[in-house]
Amino acid sequence: MVDYDVETETLVYERPDSLTDVSTHYCPGCTHGTAHRLIAEVLDEMQLKANTIGVASVGCSVFAYNYFDFDFVQSPHGRAPALATGIKRVLPNRTVFTYQGDGDMASIGMGEIVHAAARGENITVFFINNTNYGMTGGQMAPTTLPGQKTTSSPNGRDVESQGYPIRVAELISQLDGASYVVRRSLNDPKNIRQAKKAIRTAFEVQQRGLGFSMIEFLSICPTNWGMTPVSALKWLEEKMITYYPLGDYKVHPAIAEIKF
Amino acid sequence: MVREMMKGNEAVAEAAIRAGVAAYFGYPITPQTELLEYMAKRMPELGRAFVQAESELGAINMVYGAACTGQRVMSSSSSPGVSLMMEGISYISGTELPAVLVDVMRGGPGLGNIAPAQGDYNQIVHGGGHGEYHAIVLAPASVQESVDLTVTAFDLAEKYRSVVVILTDGSIGQMMEPCEMPPFKPMKTVFPEWATNGAEGRGKRVLTSINLDPAAQEVTNFRLMRRWQEIEASEVKYKTYYMEDAKFAVTGFGSCGRLALSAVRAARAEGIKVGLIRPITVSPFPVKLFEELSHKLDALLVVEMNNGQMLEDVLLATRHQIPVEFYGRMGGVVPFPDEVLDEIRRVSKGSLDTIGHPRDRWLKRMAQKDL
Repeated sequence: MVDYDVETETLVYERPDSLTDVSTHYCPGCTHGTAHRLIAEVLDEMQLKANTIGVASVGCSVFAYNYFDFDFVQSPHGRAPALATGIKRVLPNRTVFTYQGDGDMASIGMGEIVHAAARGENITVFFINNTNYGMTGGQMAPTTLPGQKTTSSPNGRDVESQGYPIRVAELISQLDGASYVVRRSLNDPKNIRQAKKAIRTAFEVQQRGLGFSMIEFLSICPTNWGMTPVSALKWLEEKMITYYPLGDYKVHPAIAEIKF
Repeated sequence: MVREMMKGNEAVAEAAIRAGVAAYFGYPITPQTELLEYMAKRMPELGRAFVQAESELGAINMVYGAACTGQRVMSSSSSPGVSLMMEGISYISGTELPAVLVDVMRGGPGLGNIAPAQGDYNQIVHGGGHGEYHAIVLAPASVQESVDLTVTAFDLAEKYRSVVVILTDGSIGQMMEPCEMPPFKPMKTVFPEWATNGAEGRGKRVLTSINLDPAAQEVTNFRLMRRWQEIEASEVKYKTYYMEDAKFAVTGFGSCGRLALSAVRAARAEGIKVGLIRPITVSPFPVKLFEELSHKLDALLVVEMNNGQMLEDVLLATRHQIPVEFYGRMGGVVPFPDEVLDEIRRVSKGSLDTIGHPRDRWLKRMAQKDL
């Protein structure tokens, strides 16, 4: 780490307590870092760090436990909502969240996420949608857009033979057990601010025992998309938000009364 | 203490509750379902966790999560369901967590049927999940023994941070027998130093089975293997019957060991000096016992409700120093004691053909019976 010599008086931006002081393995420009930081900031603000148990998944975020400074477990591919269920059921007073990518959740883990939401498990799920399998080198994910080129859809996703993308937030919002389901984007300051607000809301929902909360984050993968971070952010704005509209898909009536 | 009539599956559930199980996660499958149903009623009554999962994958991974907190946790299933749990069993083993699983075996492969069988021996005893791990496997032969071994299972799981499987079958799971329940253990209030239960007042803890550095992964695997050596040295359990003056022995585990005992008694009545060895831990396997017996006995007969899976462990332990014969029924067919008695008579007559593998000789004999 580079040690910046900054006077405390002039320090306006520092590492949240809930993050460890290490460099991440994420690629330059990747929005995992943004999502990690927002979650950590909210846990700091709510003073939940010592109370929280995170569940990492399989994919680029497999090592999330290295970057958060509180208890963490690491799940088999797709099963994070089942692990979180197990933890929360024996420790109902702890804050429990999963952090999963689109291959992990929307493909191999579709059964676990749907049923955790249907049961109304009082957990929070952070879902990173970057339209591909990042860790294994950019294969087609359930969220890959029609026509999008990946290493396993080299001619572009052909919906006739490879099917259509899954809009996860919309799907989960149909379940009565889900209390708070929203989609946010990590592409610009305004959207990032709104993403943070949603994270706060989700943890407030869990604190109040209101049930299942999930935030889908539209994210970028410059390395596997073969773009610069700037053009990747532009692609997210132009292509992804069109297919995956931002918004609140399910908000339990009691959530409107939450003030923070 | 009062003895009461209980069904095997329900008795195991009640024993687990008395052993202090804090959470149960399961999925319906015959012939195990009564265990799940019993837990569905009892666990909420006691303020403990119960979830009927969406699948066996879900159930074993809920066990995985709850085990991370250091609580006593369990699941139960039957053969096809246990196949689905293999992923979780490997991960739980790789993360070095205690967990108890009950496999009420049924006929297979595939969907098979719901009759009692022992075809999961290889899957449970010799892995099933990926990578280097061992599970401790206990094989009860009665409802009472199922109860006693359930309590043992939780203690062993915690002592060795290991998965412990109670390997039983549809007959013991479904039968009713008088049994005595153990006293209630107090719920755990102190949790191990590895438990991820919130970092209040201490540094963070991480539980994971990933290790990208092969050399570091190998360190874990060596630790697992050395722990297994310790288990092999101190946890082997078996029961012997009529072995004092035996010239021949029958061996079988679980319900098959029990029905073989009827055949052994009948053979004794005919004057045949035969005894029975019933391994209670099929993993760790009583290797030393079989090694010693191979210097004393004239022949061994292995009886299983499968195609000769424990047979291979017996052959390894006896190192072909004495004739070993095999008799098995498969696919949910339970042998009658008379079938075993016929085999004991045949073996005790001596002059056994020992060419080839005992399984091949068995298949040849069965073909003569149009099987």
